[in-house]
Amino acid sequence: MTSIIPNKDKKEKQRKTKRWPIVFWLMIWQAASVFVGQEILLASPAAVLKRLFTLVTEPFFWQSLLFSGARIGAGFLLGAAAGIAGAALAGRFSIAEELLTPLVAAVKAVPVASFVILILIWVSSKNLSVVISFLMVFPILYTNTRNGLRELDTALLEMTDVFQVPRPVRLRWVILPQLYPYIRTGCSLSLGLCWKAGTAAEVIGIPNRSIGEHLYQAKIYLDTPGLFAWTAAIVYVSFCLEKAVLKGMDLAEKRMLVMK
Amino acid sequence: MREDTIEICHLKKAYGEHVIFSNLTMELKKGAVTCLMAPSGAGKTTLLRILAGLEQADGGKIGGLEALRKSMVFQEPRLAEELTAAANIQLSVRRRMFGKEKRSFRHLVEEMEELGLSGCENQAVSELSGGMRQRVAVLRAMRMDADFLLLDEPFRGLDAGTKKKTMNYIRRKGKEKTMLLVTHDLEEAEAMGDWICTCSRLDGILEIKRNRKSSTEI
Repeated sequence: MTSIIPNKDKKEKQRKTKRWPIVFWLMIWQAASVFVGQEILLASPAAVLKRLFTLVTEPFFWQSLLFSGARIGAGFLLGAAAGIAGAALAGRFSIAEELLTPLVAAVKAVPVASFVILILIWVSSKNLSVVISFLMVFPILYTNTRNGLRELDTALLEMTDVFQVPRPVRLRWVILPQLYPYIRTGCSLSLGLCWKAGTAAEVIGIPNRSIGEHLYQAKIYLDTPGLFAWTAAIVYVSFCLEKAVLKGMDLAEKRMLVMK
Repeated sequence: MREDTIEICHLKKAYGEHVIFSNLTMELKKGAVTCLMAPSGAGKTTLLRILAGLEQADGGKIGGLEALRKSMVFQEPRLAEELTAAANIQLSVRRRMFGKEKRSFRHLVEEMEELGLSGCENQAVSELSGGMRQRVAVLRAMRMDADFLLLDEPFRGLDAGTKKKTMNYIRRKGKEKTMLLVTHDLEEAEAMGDWICTCSRLDGILEIKRNRKSSTEI
């Protein structure tokens, strides 16, 4: 197998997140909870960690993660695909751009809560997070991909015209490498957002066996350590998922640029 | 219309108010190298772009171009920065998504060696010097199975030795192909051209003269 892309490994030094600021803020949190002195108002990191350990041993925790993760993930994938396809259409046909511009602007401007209430009328609460995630991802991927298409190097496109480079080759070797950073940034931005909006929608819609339902119950029963523990789980899963998706995308991009 | 020439008749081109040429007429001999020498801003690159099909003329006609497969060396290399030198060169010959022909790749490496690019095949083009990038662009254009080669200052940024190698390569590889080479250098024109056209403006009827110093080996 011969690589036709340069070996960038030497250049790509892994930027490691420094740990001391995390420790610092955990200490501040601990100090604040000691100062407040009531777990119901501000749970301590130790209590949250204890609660999290209890949660991970329960099957419903994993079921809820799977339930919400699958739906939010599906919304993300659908939104990303629709955003990229929409941008490609807008790049090709001006009428598509004219039609999509106000739609994207409206989706960006409407508050998530309004969407949640509106969509609950049409869709079951079970699938609410799919639609909400879709609506969070679609405008970001559309805008980023559209910007990427606008910034395509016309000199290179002219070169492909002169050399009659076939469309698939042109797409794979000239257009996608230029477009990839825009799509990657769009995915990075929208992944965190669709998790936040997806779980927020679940808190309002309260579908059974979802993360949102557990957050809602933690609020009702004043289970502050539980609320923090679920939040920590959401943050961690969101972080891992973002890393995994971006890593997967980077690997796919590298694989695409490999000649067998 | 004669079959052995590309006839450019009364060609017109303007960008807004700025007229590039209002009535350009010239002939290019098929199977020969024609060198076009004119001052900067005369419209040489515009003419090449029209011949390559990248721009439309505002008027006039070009005959004998229809069936020709065109290839071009642009003023700037226009390389895909993500790809290696070899992959960039193969862009023009890859009919099926980067084929697996080992023989073709070996041949490519040999041609790269000929132009002083040995060992660069798997190197990123972004890491190559200006002269090396230019030679990659020349190789890409010459390796395409084209009938009509448009060369816009192809020896730009090359030192004397490399220029000589590149000239020989173009002459050998472009044998019996139609070439239009734009240059500012009379030596280059005399070394490369079977026909030379020198003018102060690309307008009116341009006369091409046979190059008496024409040779196959430089």
